[in-house]
Amino acid sequence: MPTSMQAAPAANAQGTLRRILLQGRYETLGMISNGEQLVVAVVLPLMALLGLVFTDLLKDVAANPIDAAAPGVLALCVVSTAFTGQGIATGFDRRYGVLRFLSTTPLGRAGLIYGKVMAVLVVLFLQVLVIGGTALLLGWRPAPAGIGWAIALLVLGAAAFTALGLLVAGTVRPEATLAITNLAWVLLAAVGGILFPSTRAPAYLQPIVDLLPSAALGDSLRAALITGTGSVSGILILLAWTIIAGFAATRWFKWN
Amino acid sequence: MIEDLLKDFGPVPALDGRMMRVLHGISLKADAGSVTTILGSNGAGKSTTLACAQGLLRPNGGTVRLLGEDPYGASPALRSRVGVMLQDGGLPPSLRPIPLLRHVASFYRRPADLDALIERLGINEFATTSIRRLSGGQKQRVALASALAGNPDVVFLDEPSAGLDPQSRQVVFELIGELREAGMCIVLTTHLMEDAQKLSDYVYIIDDGRNVAQGTVSELTAHAAHETPAQAVTFTARAAMMLPALPEHLTLAEASPGHYRLDGVRSPGDLAELTTWWTREGVLPHALTMQPRTLEDVFLEIADKGNNAN
Repeated sequence: MPTSMQAAPAANAQGTLRRILLQGRYETLGMISNGEQLVVAVVLPLMALLGLVFTDLLKDVAANPIDAAAPGVLALCVVSTAFTGQGIATGFDRRYGVLRFLSTTPLGRAGLIYGKVMAVLVVLFLQVLVIGGTALLLGWRPAPAGIGWAIALLVLGAAAFTALGLLVAGTVRPEATLAITNLAWVLLAAVGGILFPSTRAPAYLQPIVDLLPSAALGDSLRAALITGTGSVSGILILLAWTIIAGFAATRWFKWN
Repeated sequence: MIEDLLKDFGPVPALDGRMMRVLHGISLKADAGSVTTILGSNGAGKSTTLACAQGLLRPNGGTVRLLGEDPYGASPALRSRVGVMLQDGGLPPSLRPIPLLRHVASFYRRPADLDALIERLGINEFATTSIRRLSGGQKQRVALASALAGNPDVVFLDEPSAGLDPQSRQVVFELIGELREAGMCIVLTTHLMEDAQKLSDYVYIIDDGRNVAQGTVSELTAHAAHETPAQAVTFTARAAMMLPALPEHLTLAEASPGHYRLDGVRSPGDLAELTTWWTREGVLPHALTMQPRTLEDVFLEIADKGNNAN
């Protein structure tokens, strides 16, 4: 049957893509219909944005407080969705055997992971619309030259934190995942270079903080959107974290 | 088809970090249009065997072929011909049953008629309840429906009758029977002898990760050395009667006070041994029944042998 043999790979690839899109939609709806996740994904970042605009915590970072605050809050959105939200959801799916069950369907393990990545990107896009829109209303003027850099940083940051979230969710109990990802969210936001420049961290922590994916993401987004400066080192650090965490998650992720 | 399957778990801290072997060379084969049952007590290795057959676990030895392919890391094309019902469900708790079933069915090339399946399994009765709030039996029905949603050629059912009320059990059994008639290859596990006996075309009894017996239900319940299957006679009479000396192939015991059981009955002469004893004792028993050997008897004999060997 030469015809069907030739047609098969194309049909298979199409089927695989279709299943990933279906799973991505399912995961996205799961994320945005979950109240706690919405709080972490939208409400807390919005509060952080308003808090930073109406205080003078960032007055040395940029002339206009909203210009200093918005990039960090976008970085916070990445950690909320890719790491905390996605990690907790995956941890509990693993506990309930959902991952095991879905991996026996034609979707498979790879399809499951790609579906999650897609959901993270879609939710992040929605967050950028809400947070970015609010910031623009508050007078945010991002540097046009840095917008391309910012998009690359957000996508790469999502990749690095998704891999880290999967690593945590796949190796410890879901209750521990819940604790670790929430605690990390608070710490990274405060002293990990997300909301405040990493130079604000205590001097003895400085060398460590500079190598964190959170500092690479937060500092590089600020550089890109405040002054339009691209940060190759930020991109490289995020890339390294994506590769290392992705490799570790592939190696140690437990499906049951 | 599974041959000489080995599976180690571990490292196990209790064994100084060595691996624990849970499957010691299981072999089995399941055909289309039949129900193949893996029967064993808790911890015998039933679910582990299934997990290897489904491609969820990578075996440490032996070969597993599912529709001719290695199920570990199988292609979507192979997985679209296979349905799985896990023992612990594997259903996302926050979803309602029907959206979940539609989502699962959407992954398959030629899904089953979902409405008919939902109707058949009575899932409409609790369609507006999230899976988290369903009873054990309701979850079982949703899990069965999700295994069948893709209209597979092979379906693995891990303890399909666990937690079902008598009516649902009846429905599930009828459905399994129909799927078998339609040519599906059905592989199930159970520790319930009665279910295995009712449903199975072929039974593999496994214990401690090894095959210990296999055959059709009638082959297993028949005694190997005899044409006529042995039967058991149970009756109720005065407690603590002195038991008579009987031919070697008969075993008589007082299972509980006043309840007696004679095993190995194959001829009217065997019954005469009993009546002779009753005449001598001046006893007329009541609640007298004769029953063929059940799978449970076979299973208990095997378990006994295993214990004696240890």
